[in-house]
Amino acid sequence: MTATEMTSETSSGIQMPKPDQAILARREEIVSALKAIVPGEGVVDNETEMRPFETDGFLAYRFMPLAVVLPETTEQIAQVLKYLAQEGVPVIPRGAGTSLSGGAIPQEDAVIVGLSRMIKILDTNYENRTLTVQAGATNLSISDAVASDGFFYAPDPSSQLACSIGGNIGMNSGGAHCLKYGVTTNNLLGVKMVLIDGTVVEIGGEHLDAPGLDLLGIICGSEGQLGIVTEATVRLIAKPAGARPVMFGFDTSEDAGACVADIIGTGIVPVAIEFMDKPAIDICEAFAKAGYPMDVNALLIVEVEGSDEEMDDMLARIVTIAKRHKVKVVKESQSATEAALIWKGRKSAFGATGRIADYICMDGTVPLGQLPHVLNETARIVESYGLRVANVFHAGDGNMHPLILYNINDPIEAQKAEDCGMDLLKLCVDAGGCLTGEHGVGIEKRDLMLYQYTQEDLDQQMAVRAAFDPEWILNPSKVFPFEARGNERPATGNA
Amino acid sequence: MQTNFSLAQLADPGVAEAEKILRSCVHCGFCTATCPTYVTLGNELDSPRGRIYLMKDMLENDRPADEDTVKHIDRCLSCLSCMTTCPSGVHYMHLVDHARVHIEETYKRPFINRMTRNMLTRILPYRDRFAFATRLSVLGKPFASLFDKVTPLKPIAAMLRLAPSKIYGKTEFTSPGSFKPEKQTQGRVTILTGCAQPALDAGINKATIELLNRVGVEVVLPEGEGCCGALVHHMGKEHQALESAKNNVRIWHEEIEKNGLDAIIVTTSGCGTTIKDYGFMLRNDAEWAERAAKVSSLAMDISEYLVLKELPAPNDTGEMVIAYHAACSLQHGQQVKSPPKDLLKAAGFKVKEAPESHLCCGSAGTYNIMQPEIAGQLRERKVKNIESTKPQAIAAGNIGCLTQIGSGTDIPTVHTIKLLNWAYGGEKPEELSNIL
Repeated sequence: MTATEMTSETSSGIQMPKPDQAILARREEIVSALKAIVPGEGVVDNETEMRPFETDGFLAYRFMPLAVVLPETTEQIAQVLKYLAQEGVPVIPRGAGTSLSGGAIPQEDAVIVGLSRMIKILDTNYENRTLTVQAGATNLSISDAVASDGFFYAPDPSSQLACSIGGNIGMNSGGAHCLKYGVTTNNLLGVKMVLIDGTVVEIGGEHLDAPGLDLLGIICGSEGQLGIVTEATVRLIAKPAGARPVMFGFDTSEDAGACVADIIGTGIVPVAIEFMDKPAIDICEAFAKAGYPMDVNALLIVEVEGSDEEMDDMLARIVTIAKRHKVKVVKESQSATEAALIWKGRKSAFGATGRIADYICMDGTVPLGQLPHVLNETARIVESYGLRVANVFHAGDGNMHPLILYNINDPIEAQKAEDCGMDLLKLCVDAGGCLTGEHGVGIEKRDLMLYQYTQEDLDQQMAVRAAFDPEWILNPSKVFPFEARGNERPATGNA
Repeated sequence: MQTNFSLAQLADPGVAEAEKILRSCVHCGFCTATCPTYVTLGNELDSPRGRIYLMKDMLENDRPADEDTVKHIDRCLSCLSCMTTCPSGVHYMHLVDHARVHIEETYKRPFINRMTRNMLTRILPYRDRFAFATRLSVLGKPFASLFDKVTPLKPIAAMLRLAPSKIYGKTEFTSPGSFKPEKQTQGRVTILTGCAQPALDAGINKATIELLNRVGVEVVLPEGEGCCGALVHHMGKEHQALESAKNNVRIWHEEIEKNGLDAIIVTTSGCGTTIKDYGFMLRNDAEWAERAAKVSSLAMDISEYLVLKELPAPNDTGEMVIAYHAACSLQHGQQVKSPPKDLLKAAGFKVKEAPESHLCCGSAGTYNIMQPEIAGQLRERKVKNIESTKPQAIAAGNIGCLTQIGSGTDIPTVHTIKLLNWAYGGEKPEELSNIL
C-alpha cells in the first residue's frame, strides 16, 4: 500500500489543502527518521492504526495523517520538530484530541505530534501556589493532585476530565468557573516550548507577570501555530470555604437571558452562571439524574462561594434580581453529592446529547445585553433549517454553545447543520460578539475569520505567526482562511 | 458518529447492534481519561475511543482482523470503566464482545498464543481440571523466571506465579443439595457455585450459604450448573460461551418453574456481569431468549441481595479498618457501587476507599496471564493506592481481584461476604487470623 492510497472520506464544506505529493513520496524515509528519534511504539505508521487519529472532537471532518509520533520527552519533540521543519513536513500538535473546532485534525502530508505520553506532574509549590506539569496531562489531573491539600486549578472546560493542559493553552480554554477566575491565559504563568527549529525556550515563570513583551499572552490561544508547549506552570487557587450551586428555573429563555445580564450589570460576579434550555435540561437529567427542575423552559445554574454569610448574602441579592425576571423555581443543592451531580450533568451535556442525536457544538460569544435577542434569533434560524437545537452555555461570559442536532448519516441534513452553524456564528458577530469563546477557530471557523476581521487585521496576526514559523509548518491549515493568505503564505501544502 | 454499513451487513443482527452502538458515540474522548490502559500506555489506540475506531473500521469494511487491531483489542481489560464515564451511553461491552467474536472467527493467532488461550479455555471453566492443573503448577513455580525470558511464554510464567499454594477440593457447599434456614424461610435463592472460585477459596460459598441461612433464606444448589461462560465469552469463543449460558439457563429455569427462585446469587462479580447479560447474548435465539431474559432478571450480586434484607445487630469485630476494592465487574459492569460499602459499614467495619478506585487492578479474567506486563503495572498502582489508606485488610467481591491484589501486598485480602458472615455470627475469616 502506498501513502497516496490513504484518502479520507469526509463531508464537503471545509476544504483542506492538496497534499504535497513530494512529501507523500518520501513517507517511508520520514517514518524511519521519526522511529530513530522515538523508539518502541512511539511512531504509528500503518493505515489501520493511524485511522483513529484522523479526527478529534469535531468528527464530521476526517483526514488521515502521514504518520503519528508520540514522544516521551521535550528533547524528543525538539528533535522531531527540527527534523520535520528541515524536511518541510507539516506538523499537527495533538493533546487529548478533544477539540470541538478540529484543532487536532491532521492532513495527509502532515505528521501528528501527540503529547499523550507526557502526563507527569513535575513540581508542586504551595508556597508560590504554582504547579508545573507536562503538557499532555489532563486539566482535571492538576486539580486532583492538589485537592487534598485544599487547592485547585481554576479553568474547567466541560471536557476537563479528558482534555490536556497543552490543548487548553492552544485554545485558551475557558469553562464554567471562568466567570470569576478567568480563562487559561489568566491562570498560566509559564511554559516550556519547542520552537519550529528545535530550540527549547522557557517563557514566563513562577510569577504572575514577566518583564518585556508579553509572549505568554501570544502563545496562549495560538492554536499550536507558534511552537509546541511541552510543560506548563499554572496558578493554583485555594479552595473557598464553601460553594453552592443554585438552580433558577424560568418560563422562557428570554427571561433567563435578561436575568443574567441584570446580575452581571448589578456588579455581582458569582463563580459561574450556566444556562440550559428545555432540550438541554432533558438531556442532562436523563444522564446525571441531578434533580434539575423539569417544569421550566430555561434554567440557570448559579454557583456562589465563600463563607456561609457571603454565600447567603450574594444569593439573596441574586434571588431579588431573579424575581424581577419572573423566576419560577429556585432550588438549592442539599448536599455535596447533589452539587456534584448538578455539575456532572452540566459538564456532560455535549456527550449526553449523543444519546438523542448527532450534534455540532457552536461557540460564539455575545455581549450580555444581547443574550435575549441572540437566543430568540438562534431558535428562529435553527427552525428555518428544519433542525432542532439544545442550548447549554456559559451565560455569565456570554459564551453561547448552541448544539445543533442532526443525523450525520444523512448528507443533506449534515450540510444543513453546518450551514446553520455558520449562520449562528454570524449572528454572534452581528450582535457585537465574536466567533469563538473557548473552542478556538481550528478548521471549523477558519473561513468565517474574514467575517469577523478585515484583511488588515488578519495580516497583522499572520505576521506574528510568521515570526515564529515563517514556513507555515505548524498546524498550517487552521485559523487563517486560505483566501486571506496571499501568495507567500502557503495554503496548498508546500508544493 | 457517522457509520457506513451496507444493508446486507446490517441484516446480521450482531452487526446491526454494533452499528447502533457506534452511532451513539460522539468521539468526545471522555472515556480515554478513565481507561486503565490509556493512562498506563498513553496511546489513543489503547483507549476505548481508539478501540471503538479500530473496531468500526474493521467491521465496516468487513475485514478479517489484523495483527495490529488484535493487539489493541487484546490489551482491553473489559473493565468497562469507559461505560461508567461515557455520557453518551455507548455500550462498549456489547461492541467489544462482538469484535472479539469477529477476531476469533477471522484471525489466526501465533501458535503459542493460540495454545495458551486454548489451554486456559479447557482448564479454567472446569472446577476439577482447574484444581488438578493448579496442583501440578506448584511443581513448575520455580521455573517461572525461565519462561519470562521468552516473550511468547510470559503468560506461562504469569500463570505459575498466580497459582496458589493451597487448593480446595469438593465441599458440601459446591455439591447439589438444599440448605434450609433453621427458622422460617424468608426467601429461596440459588447461588452460582462457580468454577475457579471454590478451588481457590472454598470459604466464599460457605460464608454465603451460612449467612443467607442465618437471615432466613433457603439456598438450593441444583444439579448440573456449570461455569457461567464469561471466560470463553471474553476470548470471543461465542459457541462455547453460548453453550455454557444455555446450560445454566436450562438448569436455573427448571428450578424457577419447579420450586421458584427469588434470586440467582453471584459472589464472583465477573460472572455476575455475564449472567446478567444472558438475556442479551441469547436474544436472537427464539428457543432460549425468553428463559435467558428471565434468568438475567433474577441474577444479583450477593451485596445487592443482602442490602435489601433486614440484618440482625452485628457482633463486635473490633472496628477493623477495611479498604474496599471495587471490582470493575461490580462497579462498572453491573453498576453496583454502594451496597458492598454500606453493608460493611453497617456491620461495624471502618471502610476506606482508595484513590483511583475506578481503575482496574489488572486481574480481568485471564488478563493477568495473557498481558502480564500491563497487569503488573496496574497491580502496582492499585496496591500503592490501597496501601495509602493504611487498611488492616482489603475486601472485594471478586476472586480474581483478591488473587491479583493479594499477589502484590502483604495486607490480607478477603471476600466481602466472609467479613459480613463473621460480623453476623459466622467464623472469623482465616485470612485475618493474624489480626487481633
